[in-house]
Amino acid sequence: MDILLDILSWILLISGSFFTFTGAVGLFRFPDFFSRTHAASVTDTLGAGLILIGLMLQAGWGLVLAKLLLILVFSLLASTTACHAMAKAALKSGLKPLTYSDQENSAEETTSKH
Amino acid sequence: MLLSFLALTAIAITRMGDLFAVVMLSGIYSLLSASLFLDLDAVDVAFTEASVGAGISTLLFLATLKLVPRYEKKSRYKPALALGVVIVTGALLIYGTLDMPHFGDADAPVHQHVAPRYLNDSINEVGLPNVVTSVLASYRGYDTLGEVVVVFAAGIGVMSLLMVSQRTKARALTKVPADMQHQIILRIVAKMMLPLILIFALYVQFHGDYGPGGGFQAGVIFAAGIILYTMLFGLSLTQSVIKPVFVEMLTAFGVLLYSGVGIVCMILGGNYLDYDVLSHDPVHGQHLGILLIELGVGITVAAVMITLFFKFTWRTVKHKYNQ
Repeated sequence: MDILLDILSWILLISGSFFTFTGAVGLFRFPDFFSRTHAASVTDTLGAGLILIGLMLQAGWGLVLAKLLLILVFSLLASTTACHAMAKAALKSGLKPLTYSDQENSAEETTSKH
Repeated sequence: MLLSFLALTAIAITRMGDLFAVVMLSGIYSLLSASLFLDLDAVDVAFTEASVGAGISTLLFLATLKLVPRYEKKSRYKPALALGVVIVTGALLIYGTLDMPHFGDADAPVHQHVAPRYLNDSINEVGLPNVVTSVLASYRGYDTLGEVVVVFAAGIGVMSLLMVSQRTKARALTKVPADMQHQIILRIVAKMMLPLILIFALYVQFHGDYGPGGGFQAGVIFAAGIILYTMLFGLSLTQSVIKPVFVEMLTAFGVLLYSGVGIVCMILGGNYLDYDVLSHDPVHGQHLGILLIELGVGITVAAVMITLFFKFTWRTVKHKYNQ
């Protein structure tokens, strides 16, 4: 049973770290604000969430488990809302999301320049 | 690792002209130093730094940014002389540290002087599990009183700098709430979080004797809750809950409570802020005194922060609508 829990928690911890890492990569590599926000929010939700669940499996029944659960609930509530607010504020202040046709156009422009 | 992050953030702050980014970076700087304090096992300090430095001061900076232009002015002079002075002073300071005892040295004066007494006797004299609170509120009660007075004085200073007329205040009541009307998700989540934030503030306030926490952190968290509410639901709703005049009076009330406890101690025959005489049992008296003065700290800090935010909001309204 213990081994099963350990394996499960390690799977969760490692996949959580993976999502955190991809979030960081996405933050640098994605082309525009909105896709970057998406990458950053993946860090907060999937990344931190999976890591916290993995830690909960390690903690066993007790106060620590309750605290981790509270952290999970609050971070899910707060960080997703913050991302939503940020994206909405950006949209409202006039930043348009980058679309497929934009990329086509910019690609054409660069080719026509050459 | 954390220290190098700190240094990088500090350099970035000095190089940047965009004040909005500078404010965000200074928040990050505070969060980093909070992690550093946590790493050094100074949980109370880390808590204060996180709530005050990363939380409320970032917020107040942002409120200030609404009143001033976003970009720094290009400076025309090259501060070579200043750089020289800084380098010389820094070199002298580093030279001075050579004489200091090594980090963690058991013979260092810090560990010889009052620290052993605090650690060994505070559990008998004050009886609190959290030694930081006993030192802060009981052994070093004068220092903390001074800090509260500084917070109070700073609050008064900003209040008198940002005076607004009654007309602006009246306008603020009618005009402000429109901005956030359509942020339904934000409003719902804030409604869910707000009671929890306030309860957490009270927990930090009254649990400071046993764990990390105390008046400063609790006051700041409480104020942050109220400010969140004001930002999302408008000044008029907040003012129907808390009257600004009442909050302004509370700023003074906290300091009065703190120093009043000291005077009561004197009347009962002890020294100023010597809580032993407050109750029949010295340890009991200490508990009561610490509870009361922490409450005073919390009230003053929360009230000053809320008042500052109100003032900034009124000022913004004045800029926007009173032309």
